[in-house]
Amino acid sequence: MLVQILFGYFAFVIVFSSFMGITRKNIFHSLLWILLMFLHMGGIYLLLNAEFIAMVQIIVYAGAILVMFLFVLFLFNFKEEINEKIFLSSWQARLYTVLIILFIFILGLLSYEQKYKGPYTIDLIEKQGHTKTIGIALFNEYLLLLLVLGFMLLIPLIGVGLVHRRRQKNGNS
Amino acid sequence: MIELIIMFIKTAVVFGIVLAHVAYTTYAERKIIGRAQARMGPMEVGPHGLLQPIADFIKIFFKEDIVPMNAEKFIFQIAPLIILVFTMINLTVIPFERNFILADLNIGLLFILASASIAVYGIILAGWSSNSRYSFLGGIRSASQVLSYEIALGLSLAGVVLAAGSLSLRDIVIAQHNTALGIYAIPQIIGFIVFVISAFAETNRAPFDLPEAETELVAGYLTEYSAFRYALFFLAEYVAMYIMASLCALCFLGGWTIPKFITQILPFLEKVPGILWFAIKVYAFIFLYIWVRATLPRYRFDQLLNIGWKVLIPAGILNLLIVAFIKKFLAG
Amino acid sequence: MVTLNWYLALSIVVFCIGLFGLLTRRNILIVFLSIEIMLNAINIALVSLSHYLQDVKGQILALFVIAIAGGAVAVGLIILILSYWNKPSLKLEDFNLLRED
Repeated sequence: MLVQILFGYFAFVIVFSSFMGITRKNIFHSLLWILLMFLHMGGIYLLLNAEFIAMVQIIVYAGAILVMFLFVLFLFNFKEEINEKIFLSSWQARLYTVLIILFIFILGLLSYEQKYKGPYTIDLIEKQGHTKTIGIALFNEYLLLLLVLGFMLLIPLIGVGLVHRRRQKNGNS
Repeated sequence: MIELIIMFIKTAVVFGIVLAHVAYTTYAERKIIGRAQARMGPMEVGPHGLLQPIADFIKIFFKEDIVPMNAEKFIFQIAPLIILVFTMINLTVIPFERNFILADLNIGLLFILASASIAVYGIILAGWSSNSRYSFLGGIRSASQVLSYEIALGLSLAGVVLAAGSLSLRDIVIAQHNTALGIYAIPQIIGFIVFVISAFAETNRAPFDLPEAETELVAGYLTEYSAFRYALFFLAEYVAMYIMASLCALCFLGGWTIPKFITQILPFLEKVPGILWFAIKVYAFIFLYIWVRATLPRYRFDQLLNIGWKVLIPAGILNLLIVAFIKKFLAG
Repeated sequence: MVTLNWYLALSIVVFCIGLFGLLTRRNILIVFLSIEIMLNAINIALVSLSHYLQDVKGQILALFVIAIAGGAVAVGLIILILSYWNKPSLKLEDFNLLRED
């Protein structure tokens, strides 16, 4: 019962704040609504017994990615273009497309049957901790993917360094 | 039902004690810095100035509350609350004694890092919503400083987690007590130094307090805040100091225990209650905070960021490698 | 009892909201943000499926998605800043140099 109430609250806030986040005129208000959404997604992961992913979501998404967005918004002085319209001129057609896609997704959901059950039961995860479960799986079965991920995260670092050097050579434009 | 009431009482006790400590830390800071500068510090109010925090509180309570004209009103009002809430929430996972912890999360350390990540938003929002150039620049500077040093903080704590094998703070202290030297500061001395420097930078204290120095940007992101909201910011800063001191005491200095080789020499020390050792370690770290503020000059902002990215992060990674080496080949 | 269908329905609704934002907003930063909303919706589906099918693969993939989304946002924002130095506008209609008419 408590789980249902919590799920209802989190789901309502996620849907509401994501809707508000994409329909505000002021970009800064959109970002704050999206921050609210990310925090409640951390809550949903906690309901799903995945506490490590909840904390990683809050540290990485709410605490790093959104702060990157905010810094870009501040440091580059985007003039507040007071647009009368914030949506494209053909937004009704695109809305109907999205509704059709939603309908197709829901058809797929209604015809879903669960046929597979793996070995990682909830008791096992609760006993040895979610962090340890993920750690053992990551470093044994998915080690190659982890190393490739490390390389992929190196690329933005090199990119920022290159942009900075080019800016220094060309003078501040 | 009765457990809920006991939980409320425990929470109220912890928060009350920490707030009383915060109030008297402001007094202690003024006294100690005064003595370091060959003067007496507050002496007027009460014997030796002991009632000074109460006088400060009464003054702040009655000051006028000003909201700047074009400021975003709602965000201006919640920014101090964001910092305060996400700093005080860390108090729930700190074990003061073996059996006294408000919430024994098994990801306690990660919870502290996550709430530190969200507290940065309070700084950014405070600086931005004040609609003033100085506050905005101060907010951006302070936020970039906190974000840069969070990485070094996480790396130094990663060494501790690797050595202890758990993210729960209580298990870290118990694992620490079972090692040969009793505290993690000695085998991980590099990690300890990285943690101490990051703790100074995370709480915006000297020598990294450029964003709030009076000679720099007026008062940085809190320029436009008056009266009680200013008090909330300072409350958050001192509570953050206590959180960092408690983390240092728990992760690197042994928490409520003392190393086994000392109790073998002096067996009467076993009977001292653990919370006294915890309090001594926390007070020593707070005294270090105040002593460093009285002594060291402050860093320029680019020197500050230089240290955070180019010195502390490689040191943290080196520490992690040393701990991994020790754990695999020596201790096992 | 919260069954799997509720979580998947939530994931679908959030994905479609993100898709709507991606298709109809004129401001580039909001378009980036909508991509992040869609990635988060996929994450909800992955973690909830992994919980109800009692396997750990979904959560590992969710971790990878979070990390890669971070990298994608970093690179995307670098490119946005570079293009802003060239032409200081955030509206989608202004990025039309490759159009033929």
